[in-house]
Amino acid sequence: MLANNQLLTVAVTGLNAIDSPGPGVAVIRALREGFPDKVRIIGLSYETMEPGIYLHNIVDKTYQIPYPSAGTEALLKRLEYIQEKENLQLIIPNFDAELYNFMKMAPALRSMGIASFLPTQEQFSARDKINLYQFGLKYGLSVPKDQVIYHESELYASAENLGYPLVVKGKFYDAIIAHTLEQAQKAFYKLSAKWGFPIIVQQFISGTEINIAVLGDGKGNTISSIPMRKLYITDKGKAWAGITIEDETLIDLAKKFVAATHWKGGCELEIMRTADGTPYIMEINPRFPAWIYLTAAAGQNQPAALARMALGETIEPFTEYEVGKIFIRYAWDHITDVKEFQQISGFGEL
Amino acid sequence: MQKLKYESPAIQKMNAGLMNKYGSRTEYEPVKQIDGVAVKDLIAQYGSPLFVISERTIRRTYQNAVRAFKTRYPKVQFAWSYKTNYINAVCKVFHQEGSWAEVVSGFEYRKALGNGVPGNKIIFNGPEKTNEELKLAINNDSLIHIDHFEELYQLIDLSDELGKKPRVAIRVNMDTGIYPMWDRFGFNYENGQAWSAIQKIVASGKLQLTGLHCHIGTFMLSTDAYAIAVKKLGDLAMNAKTQLNTQIQYLDLGGGLPSANTLRGAYLPGSDTIPSVDEFAEAITNALLQLGFSSNELPLLILESGRALIDDAGYLLGSVLANKRLSDGRRATIMDFGVNILFTSFWYEHKISPAQDFTHHTEDMVLYGPLCMNIDVVRQSVNLPLLNRGDQVVVHKVGAYNMTQWMQFIQMRPNVVMIDEKGNTHLIREAETLEYIEQMEKMPDHLQHFSL
Amino acid sequence: MHLKKNIATSESGFIFNPGTGDSYSANPIAAEIIGMLKEGTPVSSIKVHIMATYEVSASQLEKDWDDFSNQLKYANLLDN
Repeated sequence: MLANNQLLTVAVTGLNAIDSPGPGVAVIRALREGFPDKVRIIGLSYETMEPGIYLHNIVDKTYQIPYPSAGTEALLKRLEYIQEKENLQLIIPNFDAELYNFMKMAPALRSMGIASFLPTQEQFSARDKINLYQFGLKYGLSVPKDQVIYHESELYASAENLGYPLVVKGKFYDAIIAHTLEQAQKAFYKLSAKWGFPIIVQQFISGTEINIAVLGDGKGNTISSIPMRKLYITDKGKAWAGITIEDETLIDLAKKFVAATHWKGGCELEIMRTADGTPYIMEINPRFPAWIYLTAAAGQNQPAALARMALGETIEPFTEYEVGKIFIRYAWDHITDVKEFQQISGFGEL
Repeated sequence: MQKLKYESPAIQKMNAGLMNKYGSRTEYEPVKQIDGVAVKDLIAQYGSPLFVISERTIRRTYQNAVRAFKTRYPKVQFAWSYKTNYINAVCKVFHQEGSWAEVVSGFEYRKALGNGVPGNKIIFNGPEKTNEELKLAINNDSLIHIDHFEELYQLIDLSDELGKKPRVAIRVNMDTGIYPMWDRFGFNYENGQAWSAIQKIVASGKLQLTGLHCHIGTFMLSTDAYAIAVKKLGDLAMNAKTQLNTQIQYLDLGGGLPSANTLRGAYLPGSDTIPSVDEFAEAITNALLQLGFSSNELPLLILESGRALIDDAGYLLGSVLANKRLSDGRRATIMDFGVNILFTSFWYEHKISPAQDFTHHTEDMVLYGPLCMNIDVVRQSVNLPLLNRGDQVVVHKVGAYNMTQWMQFIQMRPNVVMIDEKGNTHLIREAETLEYIEQMEKMPDHLQHFSL
Repeated sequence: MHLKKNIATSESGFIFNPGTGDSYSANPIAAEIIGMLKEGTPVSSIKVHIMATYEVSASQLEKDWDDFSNQLKYANLLDN
């Protein structure tokens, strides 16, 4: 637990506050607000042009870390080096692709004195796109029907079953809406060439897009859930502006999800609410969303609460939040010097 | 004054947003020795390239796998998969450890006999078995795993001819949720073919149905699939017992367990993503114990793991032949080994370590083999220190399939040595010579002479 | 062989080409050579110095030198 006035040192990834932003900078902002003047932020970056690296009022010091594909051994070595210099108490990873490694390393990190607050391997894979439908069936959550297929010839049967339009999805990313078998076949080939097999064919659900930022304590309690309606989206489908809304069915859905899975840590439920009001879970992102600062602005600072739980505090679930809070993301040209770029690229530290 | 260690001068563009040097698969430490024997000395004595097998690693890996299964299930038997590595010295290490032999051809069958494996401890798998080979196996009381109906009838005929009742199993293929499904070998479970084969065997009265066999795939990353396979084989065994009054003595789960190599195109390295042998053992033995057999009727569990038991124990040592720049400015390094002897570079991103000290300056490069063939690429992209001509490298985890699937193509195959547990080195397969390669060739008289 | 006049170098081996905006990092020996080139040291003297300081044969250095000057050319750091 954190003693009064003790400086908290937290490492945060996802400093890529770019047009399709990582959540790191927003997480840091919430932490700085939750622990005023008591937090030192260590940025962990993969690339040299992640804006957070250069924002010295947000990130105190940044270290490059190995890409997830380098494996846990390389990452652990690097973190040992960082730990020697910085004495981290907590790590908050923010990328889907790196979570596998951080979950696997959690015991090793703990023995180095670094806390984390992450879902288990089982929770992580249960919510994977490929398993989502089974996941919904198991826990009585509304999810779109889907079929996981390997052959183009299976498309016809899938379409019979799901009806048109249907959504053809890649194993990792990308989704294409198909209105005919021919379009579905085209999408199948395009997505399998890009992301490999399997391909997921999903029932098309139309409605209003809502996201919920959720924090679970790992024991089945929902510490916080903030529903946000997207007001404006980018051409990549990312929320550019959004507003907190009041809707008990959404809060109940989040609670049901956390109670069923005992989800530990932050996550984002991507919801499609149909005309009849049913909230379908379209996807579950196993980490905080990029708009997470809105939870702090609305009165439920999820990153700060996560940090406290990771350090051993028991946190009571939040009950109130402000409805009608809006975030609008904006672009800002930060100015730096080639020396800073060379420093981070050459030495991996800035 | 002592001169400083030299490295080729090099500059590298600092790319915005691309790979950082903490991000690539840089190997941290040079690997200068294997089981205490210096790489330099090995190459000096046996030449380069050179395959090196660690006897200590084989035994440790094997004992660990046996422990994982035997502490969970009372009746376990491993059978060494000859095709994975059938150099006799390697096979004999496994046999000394207690492993039976699993062979998939008459050639391998005779190799196992030659190694001194008793006939009744040889499992004879595979789609091709000639009459002569089957007769040999029947007379030796080997376990014959039937792949198709033709073979089933072939065996019934031979049992008449020899007046013997061969011990047989059928190979079963099934849907275990794994893609691709291996349905080309054996009899299908879901469509009833497997059951029909069992009925025919029992009804013939000419064969002893002793076991059931499956092999659900290769480099399996899911333990669940094995549990499903056990359940399906178990169903067949239970039905054989209750409906045909035939007690199945063993379930052979085949192989397919992965090694810690990283598959080409995989995002995370193999060492982080493959389930441990204990996890596989847990899934398989749990499923076995739930089949409903009483403790004295529990079938023997046979495992035919190859890759998972030998990959780690094999190393390939090699040397740098040359460096060059490709047209796009990328560095290319040409090694003295290629896909001819490192066949698995078609599937794996092999870990490669320099065998001497190096500086922290690394570069992304292509590693080519020595063949004058465009396919000869060992690593399409690997981050390594700058290597000079004559520098040596160690390729890790090459014990499985390379020493059987290697090709005598353009170059001849090199020496293979084994380092025993005391650190002594033994030559276990000599490098090929021109005479060896040509001894099978025959020259028609009219081609004896020419003048140019 | 002459480096472009405006090329900025640092002791840690960083090179900045103001004409293109590209940055490069050099390994220690490359940084040393670039430093000498910048001071206008003739190539022959640089080679003599490298031979005297490092354990390298003349033929190896000759081959690497060609490769290195190609890298500099490719990086647009040389005066043509």
